[in-house]
Amino acid sequence: MRKITLSQAVNEALAEELRRDPTTFIIGEDVAEAGTPFKVLSGLVEEFGTERVIDTPIAEPGFMGIAVGAAMTGSRPIVDLMFGDFLFLIMDQLCNQAAKIHYMSGGKLNVPLVVRTNLGATRRSAAQHSQSLHALVAHIPGLKVALPSSAYEAKGLMKTAIRDNNPVVIFEDKLMYNDKAEVPEEEYLIPFGEAAILREGRDITLVATSSMVQVALAAADLLAKDGISAEVIDPRTIVPLDEETILKSVQKTSRAMVIDEGHQSYGITGEIASRISEKAFYHLDAPVLRMGAMDVPVPFSPALEDITVPTPERVAEKARLSVRGELFNAA
Amino acid sequence: MSASDNKHNREDYLRMYRQMVRIRTFEDNANQLYLSAKMPGLTHMYSGEEAVAVGICEALTDSDRITSTHRGHGHCVAKGADFQAMFCELLGKEEGYCRGKGGSMHIADQSHGNLGANAIVGGSMGIATGSALRAKLQKSDDVTVCFFGDGATAQGLLYEVMNMAALWNLPVIYACENNGYSEYTATAEIAAGSITDRARAFGIEAFEVDGQDVLAVNELTRELTGRCRRGEGPFFIELQTYRYHGHHVGDINREYYRPKAEEKDWKESRDPIEKFTQWLTGEGIASTDELEAMKAEISDDAASAVDYALKAKYPETHEVDMHVFAD
Ligand SMILES: Cc1ncc(C[n+]2csc(CCOP(=O)(O)OP(=O)(O)O)c2C)c(N)n1
Ligand SMILES: [Mg+2]
Repeated sequence: MRKITLSQAVNEALAEELRRDPTTFIIGEDVAEAGTPFKVLSGLVEEFGTERVIDTPIAEPGFMGIAVGAAMTGSRPIVDLMFGDFLFLIMDQLCNQAAKIHYMSGGKLNVPLVVRTNLGATRRSAAQHSQSLHALVAHIPGLKVALPSSAYEAKGLMKTAIRDNNPVVIFEDKLMYNDKAEVPEEEYLIPFGEAAILREGRDITLVATSSMVQVALAAADLLAKDGISAEVIDPRTIVPLDEETILKSVQKTSRAMVIDEGHQSYGITGEIASRISEKAFYHLDAPVLRMGAMDVPVPFSPALEDITVPTPERVAEKARLSVRGELFNAA
Repeated sequence: MSASDNKHNREDYLRMYRQMVRIRTFEDNANQLYLSAKMPGLTHMYSGEEAVAVGICEALTDSDRITSTHRGHGHCVAKGADFQAMFCELLGKEEGYCRGKGGSMHIADQSHGNLGANAIVGGSMGIATGSALRAKLQKSDDVTVCFFGDGATAQGLLYEVMNMAALWNLPVIYACENNGYSEYTATAEIAAGSITDRARAFGIEAFEVDGQDVLAVNELTRELTGRCRRGEGPFFIELQTYRYHGHHVGDINREYYRPKAEEKDWKESRDPIEKFTQWLTGEGIASTDELEAMKAEISDDAASAVDYALKAKYPETHEVDMHVFAD
């Protein structure tokens, strides 16, 4: 099968959906000629024109609000938010308005829009351009949240997001734009709420999201060298979350660790770990472990930044202790 | 060039010149560090806009405050920062202004009243206005200058805080550095109407000035800081200027949004340092030799600061969770 980059996969998904559905449009900063700073949208304005690939001033709350209004009245806007960190600027329009309108209207109004943004540290971009803020929006009922971990997922999830009748926030890992993966030529969609089992194993389940999927897979390789067989699960969407696949896996392995690049406290790892503890308690041989980013703003210095996020080595080390029953001795 | 106050002394002129050259030299070195892959991440060059930062900051005292932007090295140098600690910060070293935690886009130097650069476009408008409120509450005569770009005028925050600043007569000067572009888009495409008229709508006196003319910028700012200290603020200045490099150091192929001829024209006929050199020599204030000697000295300073920063050590890893909370 052909291999394309995550960036190309997103570009294809957008192009296909813009072609298919004339009510869709893209709106955001430098999305047209510049094709965004990451060049993900290159070529789209040439095909679809500036009425459907709309450059805005630097006014995130403004264009987010405009997207909500357009969505309520029949469009399907795709909002391009250059950095995930700018979510803080659009929070009112996204969380007080878009997320609640369907519910508040008793199901009469829909807000079918997509916010396409990114996450991920270690790009030396410091505290305001490196955050992984998906937990923040996942907390708000009414918003769906997708976290692709490869070019294949990025394309399939984007197409599903655009066709969904709800506001969806989709986070791409900005360090993965040039990573290639097999992506079929023919059309496909990835349904929301279906996790992928990326590697099968017997001894421990590693549930990893987005940027941390690669970390978990690499950790599984390390563990294999010690004779430990890890199963790696990528939920792909955290709202909705495919609990069933995760729980089934844990029932088999009896151990679990959740890895995510958001801050560890009050975040995704805590949520998924507690669901496993509640619902698979009698199958567990060890406490459910978790590893998120450190609870610190992302530091600029490479010497500090690199230790704030989970690495294959640290994931493997912790998983090893769990499998060997040495967790408490180590504590 | 205008210089109504000709008794304004030679030392002041030469300090302005020195500061402008220091900014240009700092940026040339920072760009080199990027090109030789010695600097982590990206940075936004201030080259071409020196007369703005220097003209304004030379009208301020150390206790007057500024807020800066992602394109902040110029403001930082102009407000009195030291090369060594700046380069250390750019390289993520322990001796940097922020112990390596901030980097290029977050340098702050409170000893000279620099409240910090900001990676959120428009993110400092509230901070600057709050700093002016503090001065008023404290009954001090400190003035705060809020630097931001033309692109940042699209942020709604500006209009919220200008309204309050005007209502409460705060000693703040909003300094809009209009370099014609916001990232990869020309200002005309993202700004409706007149930028200064927006300030005027709040009853704020607004001025337009040639941002390549350091004396004009300085003269206007001295007048406005004086008036701020007498309780007549806030004010708004739009400064026409130009950035010589790309939006950031990695923005090399940029002809699709900015013609080469335009860049050439600004660099060759409106360079702020060149213009000031001609004025200084023309008025007999300094000789070409003196100015060249000053440049050479600054260039040596920068080289040794870079050298020092390259060899300086990174922060210890235990510092990673220091400074999340104040004691
Ligand atoms: C809130 C926010 N939106 C977008 C960006 C991305 N961005 C960084 S600089 C910039 C352009 C700023 O233009 P302007 O204010 O004119 O400043 P200049 O770069 O020209 O100095 C943009 C869009 C950002 N950093 N913050
Ligand atoms: Mg600009």
